[in-house]
Amino acid sequence: MLISRKKFLQISAGSIAGIALSNLWLPKLLQASNVKNGKGRLPVVWYQSQSCSGCAVSLLNTEYPGIDEVLIEVISLEFNPVVMGGQGDVAMGVIERMVSEETGKFILVVEGSIPVEEDGLYCTVGEKDGKPLTAIDTVKRIGQSAMAVVAVGSCASWGGIPSAPPNPTGAVSASKIIKDKPVINVPGCPPHPDWMVGTIVHVLKYGIPELDDLNRPKMFFGPDKLVHDNCELRQYFDAGIFAKDFGQEGCLYELGCKGPVAHCDASTRGWNSGVSWCNRSGGPCIGCTEPFFPGGTGSGLYEKLPAAEVPGLAKINANANTIGMALGGAVVAGIGAHAAARIVATKYRQAKEEKNRPKGTPYVLKEEGEDK
Amino acid sequence: MAKQLITVDPLTRIEGHLKIKVEIENGVVTNAYSSGDMFRGWEIILKGRNPLDAPPITQRICGVCPIPHGVSSVLALDDAFGIKPASNGRIIRNLLLGAEFVHSHLLHFYHLCALDYVDITAILQYSGLDPGLNKIKDWVKADIEAGLPGAGAPFLPRYKGDYIEDTETNIQAIASYVKALNIRRKSHEMLAIIGGKIPHCQTLFPGGAATILSLDRLIAFKSRLSEIRTFIDSTYIPDVLAIASLYPDYFRIGRGAGNFLSYGGFPVDDQGNNYYTSGVYIDGKLMDFDRNKISEYVKYSKYSSGSGLHPSEGDTIPDAKKPDAYSWIKAPRYDNKVLEVGPLARAMITYLKGNDSDFKALLDSALSALGAKPQDLISTMGRHAARALELKLLTAKMDQWIDQIDLSAPVHTKHDIPRIAEGAGLTEAARGSLGHWVSLDNWKIRNYQAVVPTTWNAGPRDDYGNMGPYEQALMGAPVADPDNPIELGRIIRSFDPCLACAVHVMEGDKEVLKFRIC
Repeated sequence: MLISRKKFLQISAGSIAGIALSNLWLPKLLQASNVKNGKGRLPVVWYQSQSCSGCAVSLLNTEYPGIDEVLIEVISLEFNPVVMGGQGDVAMGVIERMVSEETGKFILVVEGSIPVEEDGLYCTVGEKDGKPLTAIDTVKRIGQSAMAVVAVGSCASWGGIPSAPPNPTGAVSASKIIKDKPVINVPGCPPHPDWMVGTIVHVLKYGIPELDDLNRPKMFFGPDKLVHDNCELRQYFDAGIFAKDFGQEGCLYELGCKGPVAHCDASTRGWNSGVSWCNRSGGPCIGCTEPFFPGGTGSGLYEKLPAAEVPGLAKINANANTIGMALGGAVVAGIGAHAAARIVATKYRQAKEEKNRPKGTPYVLKEEGEDK
Repeated sequence: MAKQLITVDPLTRIEGHLKIKVEIENGVVTNAYSSGDMFRGWEIILKGRNPLDAPPITQRICGVCPIPHGVSSVLALDDAFGIKPASNGRIIRNLLLGAEFVHSHLLHFYHLCALDYVDITAILQYSGLDPGLNKIKDWVKADIEAGLPGAGAPFLPRYKGDYIEDTETNIQAIASYVKALNIRRKSHEMLAIIGGKIPHCQTLFPGGAATILSLDRLIAFKSRLSEIRTFIDSTYIPDVLAIASLYPDYFRIGRGAGNFLSYGGFPVDDQGNNYYTSGVYIDGKLMDFDRNKISEYVKYSKYSSGSGLHPSEGDTIPDAKKPDAYSWIKAPRYDNKVLEVGPLARAMITYLKGNDSDFKALLDSALSALGAKPQDLISTMGRHAARALELKLLTAKMDQWIDQIDLSAPVHTKHDIPRIAEGAGLTEAARGSLGHWVSLDNWKIRNYQAVVPTTWNAGPRDDYGNMGPYEQALMGAPVADPDNPIELGRIIRSFDPCLACAVHVMEGDKEVLKFRIC
């Protein structure tokens, strides 16, 4: 069962409208995946392109379910270069089998950006007839035959660090390569294991999760998941107490925290079995789940965001209107400031769109250039 | 018998994209090529950025070993800024780096290498009561009985070969594999307790670290360390010795260059004394390490730039279609010699220097248990043994370092960023000697470069045709079945390849770049 773009749109739209997705999706999926072990494990091909393996290692850190449970009960991990027993032609044979015999029955997970310059020769995996197989060709090929595609990590979702200026290898996201079906983005550098496992389990049990307009599952990256709004240091911000140097108590805003423009639930979920999360280490959020990450040379990861003016709090200065912030040449966000009793209600483009969206109308999955 | 060409691409269960090509005659490797198959251009991306961006961005060179890059990077920036990290910051870095060693070494032995020796299908014979093992047994059995082509994925399919035959040993190893998944995760929890999250922590900055420590965090760290140390003593070292004793021929296979390098690392005080000693071992002689003697060759690397230059003088332009070039990795040499880096290099240099009696005693006892001689260490199995033994002693040190933290003292030294500066940060990473070099201009990164462990080990031939350590280790190796060359992976994996690290070296314009060489 190949899910066409149109079908995908219907399904994700249905998700928003609250249609029981299992009727639409699950039985066919289970049928398609051979109902492995009687539990409907989802076959997964995890392809690494220009990756650092950080996403794969993060997946190993999954706690509940543990990685052993994930492998035994949730997915059937047919191909993953970090853990698979096979190598060389035995490993490439798995891709061949999936593409030719399991068409439409598996999920393709892409980790890492895909280089398109120099005919794709900046990343090759495997050989055919003595010629290297480029990542771009292989991702296209597996993508065509996959039931659905999930991009894990910010490299596969947006291009990530390899695509930062001047983008020496022409690195692009998975969605720039796979055009015949939409790609679910699970960004983060790396993504929290729950975001990856959660997305896959959701697809397996309930269908495609509700996505934001960047194709990220809302349950992890939605407008209500603004890091700043859920930060344990928020009380410092509200009280106007700011750390002036690393290793000091206080809100990390002055040290360049991107919490006001970054979306994920790390602050409430906690990283690595919940023992901590980014800002608790004293190092400010660097916005690793956002398309602007890691920005360009004009602004550092620790460049202070344009601030908001708040009466009575001289430490924050700016005007009361939304301010655009240039990061990596792209205006990505702004912080709106209210002269309200408390502090700042943060707004940004997607949040506004969400608010203005008439009830009952679905998000539309945008592809590059579609709405221009 | 005619020559036969074997290609293993991808060589899986490592970090990154590695291709191994060998020629065999009469069942023995007579020629070998190691190729790094991916390039990203990290240093180009760093140019012009705020220097504080370097620690988080260089960590992302590699998701398996981000901390060493972060540490090298902050050491290089400390040097460039002319500052000394706060003592607490120094200790925090050591604890992070130590926890990274735990993670890397356990992941490497169990989850990357063990499947070269352990027969996973032995689980079908399991008759005990362990619910975890029974679950795995039921899973593999159900898949096989259902006739699924992907039965036992991701562990099957695999090469045929001389896996361990004894059922009990296999099952013990599978149980350890599962246990190690959990223990490895705990080493990551240790990293997150201090660093916020991992892979890619948040807390490394020039001047020290950002983490505001508290007693509860130190206790949380220490209790996990204690559990890990128990695992190392009761499971990891016995498992390594058990597998080593079943494959004694691998104490002769995969010898490699036989020359070694260690930069040294883990500063134990604020005066610059290191836990790991530095040194070079060439042609049977132990020497002091001299940074000036490093050069990098590119004749067989996909760069159209000058060859044989010191890393600080190099200028590199990628050339994906360069004729005769077969790797994205350069070929670093020391005094024009091919050197191996990593746990075995550290072990050899520490052992020969003779000033760490604990290490010498431990190594001697392990060798005697295995009936092996010190020279047998220079081999596939020797690398595994060196790795396991160093982890036992390093984790013992970590336990002491935690107690040296002064909760009332700062973790970070305040500093300014200079307009023009340069610095170097050299350390030992889990996989071997790692160096970052940075130069600043106009408060921004003018140039950045890293020479990493896997570059030393996995590099191709140099301009004189001398093979890299991987290639040398493959030479003369037996290959029983050319269709299932299981031996090749065993040899290469013993080095713990990390290709994302190796293939990113990109130096800047040599006119603007003159690093201080000390």
